[in-house]
Amino acid sequence: MYQVDEKGFYGQFGGAYIPEMLYPNVEELRQQYLKIIESESFKQEFDLLLKDYVGRPSPLYFASRLSHHYQTQIYLKREDLNHTGAHKINNTLGQIILAKRLGKKRIIAETGAGQHGVATATACALMGMPCIVYMGAVDIDRQKPNVERMRLLGAEVVPATSGSQTLKDATNEAMRHWINNPEDTHYIIGSVVGPHPFPDMVARFQSVISLEMKQQLLEKTGSEDPNYIIACVGGGSNAMGAFYHYLDRPQVNLIVAEAAGLGLKSGESAATTHLGKPGILHGSKTILMQTNDGQVVEPYSISAGLDYPGIGPVHAHLFETARADFNYITDKEAMIAGRLCSQLEGIIPAVESAHALAVLDQRKFESSDVVVINLSGRGDKDMRTYMNYNFDD
Amino acid sequence: MENRIIDLFRKKKKNILSVFTTAGFPNLTDTVPVITQLAKEGIDMIEIGMPFSDPVADGDTIQASNKIALDNGMSLEVLFDQIKNIRVHVDIPLILMGYLNPVYQYGIEAFCKKASEIGIDGLILPDLPLDLYLEDYAEIFKKYHLSNILLITPQTSPTRIRQIDEASEGFIYMVSSNSITGKSSGISDQQKEYFQRIEAMNLKNPKIIGFGISDRATFSTACAHAEGAIIGSAFIRALTTDENLPNQIRAFAQSIKQELR
Ligand SMILES: Cc1ncc(COP(=O)(O)O)c(C=O)c1O
Repeated sequence: MYQVDEKGFYGQFGGAYIPEMLYPNVEELRQQYLKIIESESFKQEFDLLLKDYVGRPSPLYFASRLSHHYQTQIYLKREDLNHTGAHKINNTLGQIILAKRLGKKRIIAETGAGQHGVATATACALMGMPCIVYMGAVDIDRQKPNVERMRLLGAEVVPATSGSQTLKDATNEAMRHWINNPEDTHYIIGSVVGPHPFPDMVARFQSVISLEMKQQLLEKTGSEDPNYIIACVGGGSNAMGAFYHYLDRPQVNLIVAEAAGLGLKSGESAATTHLGKPGILHGSKTILMQTNDGQVVEPYSISAGLDYPGIGPVHAHLFETARADFNYITDKEAMIAGRLCSQLEGIIPAVESAHALAVLDQRKFESSDVVVINLSGRGDKDMRTYMNYNFDD
Repeated sequence: MENRIIDLFRKKKKNILSVFTTAGFPNLTDTVPVITQLAKEGIDMIEIGMPFSDPVADGDTIQASNKIALDNGMSLEVLFDQIKNIRVHVDIPLILMGYLNPVYQYGIEAFCKKASEIGIDGLILPDLPLDLYLEDYAEIFKKYHLSNILLITPQTSPTRIRQIDEASEGFIYMVSSNSITGKSSGISDQQKEYFQRIEAMNLKNPKIIGFGISDRATFSTACAHAEGAIIGSAFIRALTTDENLPNQIRAFAQSIKQELR
């Protein structure tokens, strides 16, 4: 019911709204992706890398001091402990193995926070493939350490200077590059966005998160099912990974944290489902922040990984069917929650992940509730943001 | 009333010169003067670009013109108002070209109805692919007598070209190379081979070549293999705010047409 249908749609959302120039590439992927990723040899190669290279399974950690603070049972799914520091690597390894099997020679990617760019550059270094990462000029400035990491890994980082110079513009540039280089290039998209089959493919690569969670919860709590799973959504890949194996279990409540920036009504926000309506961008129909005239609105969030004007089509569907509950978290709420987690647990979360943590301040949970927070990434890249933030304002 | 695109191709079989211009560029109120002047200069057909914030199939020039037009205040509402009486002055085929989202927000049916009332003959919506067009849009387009112009590229398979030919009415837009708009460094032998390959398919629709057609040389090469060609970025580059617009347009048209007259 929440899986993609034969035509690439989730309810009314999804599809492949692409110019003819991209059709052969996307069609090739559509025809091949399931065959390849369901093959035994693919699974072997992917699983081995997830284990030995990424360090999976990522721990499910019972956060006792946070639990005490919020008077509920809080578990952190530690995607921050993955190699390269976020969930993004699950997807880039899956896609690069796929790209190799499609005979592709070059990789391009877009990045916001730089986490996906780093994870792509890492996968390319591992596989010996040339890599170009498009990144908004504004993001290059606020995520310097990740830019330097990508360059050290051998990737070329190209600034996207159009529009808001952030994630959506980097995505535009990556798509243009793909149009210009259709034959030997694979575009490793960084979230569950883009034309079908990208959202489904990325969801499958990230689904390892909830697969492990089931087993780990069973061991720790005696049940595979938590009461709540909370994750932040930029495009929605870490959330999709954390939700995937629970979509058809209605007893598990799924909670999304969207970035509200300076506040829903401030004009400086990225809370897509609260501010958007159905529209078409980057190859799929989804919920989109836009003007009445259908121009895409430039979003804002303190976290570069969440300031995207859309969400993955699967999340638009989860929103429309009310399968998931969509919350909005301001910069300030996220920063405070990030600091609290640092000080109570000794874990500095990525500012993106701090949005998921902030839901704990917004909602009341029962003391017996099992609440899993998908800690999508670590905060090293965000040190400047934490240091410069004025918590007292 | 007869669709002007079909009429044009019935009367003229070669050297059809089509020009793309961005609505509301270089100034908001230039839309109608530009169209009128292009028609006066003997241009055969015009694509009126509806600006969008995220034109993924376009290069720097058209991206910039989209941004300027939007900053000028262009929108579909404004555009329809500007061109509501365009048929008083201009009788060549007019095509609206743009990305799907603004059209989708306007409402497909409302958009088609309005376009048709104004006397628009066709639509080019690059991010509306064939299957979704046939499923959700074809009937509405037909109801309002709008030709849907579909694209083919050097990568498009022969089977798909046949499907596109079948679904097209008016002409087929042949994208000259694997690229976004505005890239041009002449026409390569590889591109000529592609043009010849398509020529040999004897499609039922006429073909117009676009993307990378920028001057007389590339225009005439394209015309040797198709009924005509579209110039976009090169025309946008020819327009500036600081000179007399009709003169700029005349100079541009003459630079392309001179020897073809
Ligand atoms: C740590 C972290 N979490 C979350 C995201 C948002 O992406 P998604 O919504 O696809 O998980 C990013 C994106 O860069 C990220 O770096």
